[in-house]
Amino acid sequence: MDFGFSQEQELLRATARKFLENECTSGFVRARMEEPAGVTVEFWAKLAEQGWLGLIYPEEHGGSGLGFVDLTVLMEEMGRVVMPGPFFSTVLLGGLAIREAGSAAQKKEWLTRIASGKAKTALAWTEPSARWDAAGVTCAARESKDGFVLNGTKLFVLDAHLADVLVVVARTSEGRTPEEGTSLLLVPKGTRGVEVKLLPTMDQTRKLCEVSFKDAAVPADALMGAKGGAWPALSRVVERATVALCAEMCGGAQRVLDMTTDYAKIRIAFGKPIGTYQGVKHKAADMLVDVENAKSLTYYAAWAVDENAPEAALAASMAKAYVTDAYRKVAGAGIQLHGGIGFTWEHDLHLYFKRAKSSEFTFGDATYHRERVAQLINL
Amino acid sequence: MDLSLTPEQEAFRATVRSWLKTNIPREWKPTGSSELPRAEQYEFLRRWQRTLFDAGFIGLTWPKEYGGAGLTFMEELILQQEMALAKAPPILNVLGVGMGGPTIIAWGNEEQKKRYPAKILSCEEIWCQGYSEPNSGSDLASLQTRAVKDGEHWVINGQKVWTSFAHVADYMMLLARTDPSVPKHKGITYFLLDMKLPGVTVKPLRQITGEAEFNEVFFDNVRVHESQVLGGVNNGWAVGLTTLMYERLTLGFGLQMRLRIALDSLIDLTKRMEKSGRALTKDPVMRQKLAQLWIDTECLKYTGARAITKLLRGEMPGPEASTGKMAWVDTHQRLQELAMEIEGPYSQLWKGSEWAVEGGVWSQSFLRSRANSIEGGTTEIQKNIIAERLLGLPKD
Repeated sequence: MDFGFSQEQELLRATARKFLENECTSGFVRARMEEPAGVTVEFWAKLAEQGWLGLIYPEEHGGSGLGFVDLTVLMEEMGRVVMPGPFFSTVLLGGLAIREAGSAAQKKEWLTRIASGKAKTALAWTEPSARWDAAGVTCAARESKDGFVLNGTKLFVLDAHLADVLVVVARTSEGRTPEEGTSLLLVPKGTRGVEVKLLPTMDQTRKLCEVSFKDAAVPADALMGAKGGAWPALSRVVERATVALCAEMCGGAQRVLDMTTDYAKIRIAFGKPIGTYQGVKHKAADMLVDVENAKSLTYYAAWAVDENAPEAALAASMAKAYVTDAYRKVAGAGIQLHGGIGFTWEHDLHLYFKRAKSSEFTFGDATYHRERVAQLINL
Repeated sequence: MDLSLTPEQEAFRATVRSWLKTNIPREWKPTGSSELPRAEQYEFLRRWQRTLFDAGFIGLTWPKEYGGAGLTFMEELILQQEMALAKAPPILNVLGVGMGGPTIIAWGNEEQKKRYPAKILSCEEIWCQGYSEPNSGSDLASLQTRAVKDGEHWVINGQKVWTSFAHVADYMMLLARTDPSVPKHKGITYFLLDMKLPGVTVKPLRQITGEAEFNEVFFDNVRVHESQVLGGVNNGWAVGLTTLMYERLTLGFGLQMRLRIALDSLIDLTKRMEKSGRALTKDPVMRQKLAQLWIDTECLKYTGARAITKLLRGEMPGPEASTGKMAWVDTHQRLQELAMEIEGPYSQLWKGSEWAVEGGVWSQSFLRSRANSIEGGTTEIQKNIIAERLLGLPKD
């Protein structure tokens, strides 16, 4: 047993930290918050150059063929700088859905282009009902003689406005279970009848969209995987994306803890650094416990999905439930210990506090995942 | 990162598993309690620990020449996991095995290392820990028990308190002040004290559960030979800290194991209980609470695995070793609170009532769990240590 990162992984961490500290500064993040793109052409090209856009894709499709433990290291570093832009939506949602469900031709077409930075994707899954389970999929894909016709509304779709192709979760039939009849369709940018509306968000580093389909027609080869049988692949996607999100959250929480302890060492009140006082010390210690536990569960989940371990679903839900609460608490405590300055727009803490909140509701909140844990342990 | 076991480790797991299957005495009824052994269990547990010792399933990481098995923390972890799955009885000499032995192996001279550790493992000699005093708890270094040199002996006078197992212990890990003229951390010495020496008096202290699990210990001109000093005169603070580090690390595996046993029992209990006419397991709030306990319990295992990985790689464990006790305390106290909620009004009943659920063990362990955040360093002291040593926040 070895429950730690390898030298190669530590090297990836060091490279990522250096790169992101230089390229993804607070000034960069704030500029991207103000504009729809969330990323610059140059920055995206550099991510491709580092090989990170194809990190988890097969080598035959221009990727590096690495796993989720490797990715964990990178996600922690991205979370550390609240990296904006469509990395998550492209690599871990749309792209991963193509990796899990796409045909050889679909993978060849899209994964290669994603890995080289030439295409962006997004995954249109949730709807106004805001459900992550199969019963929440009502957007209809009616079979026509040339393919499928889509009608319905998708909500909370990350970076749909930037995607060259949308992977849409749609219902092609009513089955005996909600899972039956769900299908995945590739909908290219500019398809008639598709309207993408960028929504104002609390966390401006995450761009959420409403995507509505009004008799939007796609050809028969837009279908990914078996008609009506998308759910197993989607479960794998969401499980893996959840683990990656947890890693990103761990990185953010660690950074908040670092900022807070640094500040507690230099901020003087009543003639002493505030870190001298137990009221501050004990809160900081609680933050550390939350961060370390969050990492333990996340690393375990990353290992479990890499190994396709039978407990992978349980591991992912345990991690998401814990990390969600931990990041929210740590980010809140960070603001509290900074006092007034932590509440300002100028200080970076609010970026983390808001990211903690948007991440909380992505792929299900803690309550949702605790219930899943209860089911998976046969309670 | 690889959580799988080597073929040798798999074989070790299989050996442990089949051994436990045939060797856990039939009279043992796991109670779901995750607490220290109770008086009525002592004789049974003494025999059980001897059985473990004879089979070589205790002290796995201790060197062979001192009675251990010379294995790694990995085998220790596997053993603890298997004991949890088998709901095995706890070990009686928990302080000797968890703290005394490792400290003697780390600091003792050859004679001491040959004399004590093996008898700790076999449970021939039970150990207690003489640290806390009436006026020195969290501020341990302020302790006042005096040791004054007289020829080849040290003469001990003073008092210890909250001393678990003192009433059955053969030896004590004693911290006493040998030089009052230097700063408080620098004048303390660690003694291996024979509890049968003249002048040692043990008085049981009745605690919140009504039982007397711990004691007051009085020293009245107790003469200890100088060969019983461990790790050098006035070096007791450093030696004592080793004990505490082991307490938090290796004892942690055992704690995680007991926690898992308790949680499994609690889930069994929940499945048998009803509330307002429906199965308690259908109650969404109860499901949330049990799932959270499950997550927190599993989490301790993985945090422990991160610490072991560092040890196996020859590195010092970092934050992941220090957070364990705090996380365990919080989880365990919540588990015990939940047991009361699950039992509802029945939790009010005590052993002796035929209406009491499972003989009232949960009510007893619920009360006992209040000590968790005090014993072995209060939660507040743990937080100070984490803030100062790991996060580098300034000392007062």
